[in-house]
Amino acid sequence: MSDPNTPYAIRTYDAETLKDALRKMFLIRKFEEGAEDSYTRGLIHGTMHLSIGQEASAVGSCMSLSDADKITSTHRGHGHCVAKGADLGRMFAEFFGKEDGYCRGRGGSMHIADVEKGNLGANGIVGGGLPIAVGAALSAKRLGTGAVTVCFFGDGANNEGAFHEALNMAAVWKLPVVFVCENNRYGMSTSTEKSTAVKHIADRASAYNMPGTTVDGNDFSAVAEAVDTAVAHARAGNGPSLVENLTYRWRGHSKSDRNRYRTKEEISDWMARDPILHMSALLVEHKVMSEADVAALETETAQVIQDAIAFANASPAPTAAEATRFVYTDGEAA
Amino acid sequence: MNMQNAPDIRELSYAEAIREAMDIALGSDERVVLMGEDIGVYGGAFQVTGDLIDKYGPDRVMDTPISELGGAGVAVGAAMTGLRPIFEFQFSDFATLAMEQIVNQAAKIRFMLGGAVSVPLVMRFPAGSGTGAAAQHSQSIEAWLGHVPGLKVIQPSTPEDAKGMLLAALEDPDPVMIFEHKILYKMRGPVPEGHYTTPIGKAAVRREGKDLTIVATSLMVHKALAAADDLAQNGIDAEVIDLRTIRPMDRDTVLASVRKTGRLICVYEGVKTLGVGAEISAMVAESDAFDYLDAPIIRLGGAESPIPYNPELEKAVVPQVPDILNAATELAQGRL
Repeated sequence: MSDPNTPYAIRTYDAETLKDALRKMFLIRKFEEGAEDSYTRGLIHGTMHLSIGQEASAVGSCMSLSDADKITSTHRGHGHCVAKGADLGRMFAEFFGKEDGYCRGRGGSMHIADVEKGNLGANGIVGGGLPIAVGAALSAKRLGTGAVTVCFFGDGANNEGAFHEALNMAAVWKLPVVFVCENNRYGMSTSTEKSTAVKHIADRASAYNMPGTTVDGNDFSAVAEAVDTAVAHARAGNGPSLVENLTYRWRGHSKSDRNRYRTKEEISDWMARDPILHMSALLVEHKVMSEADVAALETETAQVIQDAIAFANASPAPTAAEATRFVYTDGEAA
Repeated sequence: MNMQNAPDIRELSYAEAIREAMDIALGSDERVVLMGEDIGVYGGAFQVTGDLIDKYGPDRVMDTPISELGGAGVAVGAAMTGLRPIFEFQFSDFATLAMEQIVNQAAKIRFMLGGAVSVPLVMRFPAGSGTGAAAQHSQSIEAWLGHVPGLKVIQPSTPEDAKGMLLAALEDPDPVMIFEHKILYKMRGPVPEGHYTTPIGKAAVRREGKDLTIVATSLMVHKALAAADDLAQNGIDAEVIDLRTIRPMDRDTVLASVRKTGRLICVYEGVKTLGVGAEISAMVAESDAFDYLDAPIIRLGGAESPIPYNPELEKAVVPQVPDILNAATELAQGRL
């Protein structure tokens, strides 16, 4: 395993860890497909933002995090939630607006959080989680917990003022936070070429005096290497980093998207670079798993999703009498 | 100050009272941090934090960059994860830059997450006109935030309350927004020693009276009390209520007073339309206290205008003592 040409993931993680990573990638893919199917069958009240095609970015970025470490997520956040260890049944229950959901049906797809596992929540505001992640890192530094915060955001957020303010403060205060940009090339319909003055978003790290790295976000090993390095840098007290994962969402921005801003060829080219196929091939090539093992994992995860959907369907809905519950901690109406 | 001062209670300025509250909080709770622009060695634009940095150091009295949105968001994230930040906006006007974090995040996170986490955040907003700082440094935007479920919004009017309500805000598990009128910072009054809390959501009857009720906020409480003294010389006995909290509003105290006096004037510095006075008026109109009204309700609020620079114009766009006096006299003499 000391061959320097051996990919980072194979050199670094044991077989169980690698299988679990692939399993999470399958779970994300199948969660999203299950979500889409539920939407098509009229079970979903609102909209959703699917991350099919971005699974390596979510899972690869959480490899060296424990439950004590935090993440902040985005409107396209289902994958981050799974990667941080969430229960699929509670995720679907939230998606269906049920009491057993992570937010007891009050948040829905755009606000799924799993505070016990360190997921401080998806966010409906582009860039909304960036300063919050810096705040979580400030707490970790002041309270001496040793925790690191991974802040997920998209290419769209890199043009929000909050991005620049957050990166600057994290660097000035040398806080343990890793900014992970999932550059899927479009902020809704507007491409990074049209919206962003730099070629690589990671180039913006130099403006805030922190390391910046751009990697193939569909290559699990490349993502894991970049983010593990950044997490170790943060944990050692050396401050923040910016990692840019180049990836692609196979589906539209949300359910209203007619895909008029990109070509079928572009989409099919990216689908040929499927991060799950890539990861499966890697593990088979290095004899971590057989093809039959991979197929079995896919079947097993499909069943997990079916069970999760059944759990969510059976979960009770919140009652209208409790519509304003949780506005205040003390429960008193203001 | 129109309050009776016990001879053995020392007096502090409103700014000193806030500083003392923050000193007590920093000294007793390691989780408390102060954040804001130039609150460190500069001592804050209004010298509220003063020399606290000398006692607690720059890690706990943190100068932020001029990044209101980011700074507010850092405070939100810190509050969610174990710290108790007190975030100072240099001027309340600058909070407009941070509305995203205040309104979309701080106010809603607990609700959106189904109660899985609270945001115990205190924010301080130096507010109001009268300093010649013109339209972008003189606003009273408390009603903006008062419109947001999930926030609590308070306006202490005395040094004693400034200290007690800040300490109460720190014990509150939810975000509390404190609007401090800049003209009050130098006002002196009795302040108890040590730790005490003044409840959020409770109004104070500052002067009892039987002829009419004046509900006022912040600096306007003092103008209302001055007007009430003049009114008393003309045989008009005004009750003055210091609302203290605009969200959640103390309905019981206001309605009880209106039932007693049958007349109501609301005095507040924020823009009159869609403001605090509209809410107080509606609260009365929707209740049984409406039946006790002997005259129309009067609202005295800020003009439909930005705050002008020229000092005479600046005075003209917010309620003054003669405005309250005239309105109260008309009301009490049954001319309305």
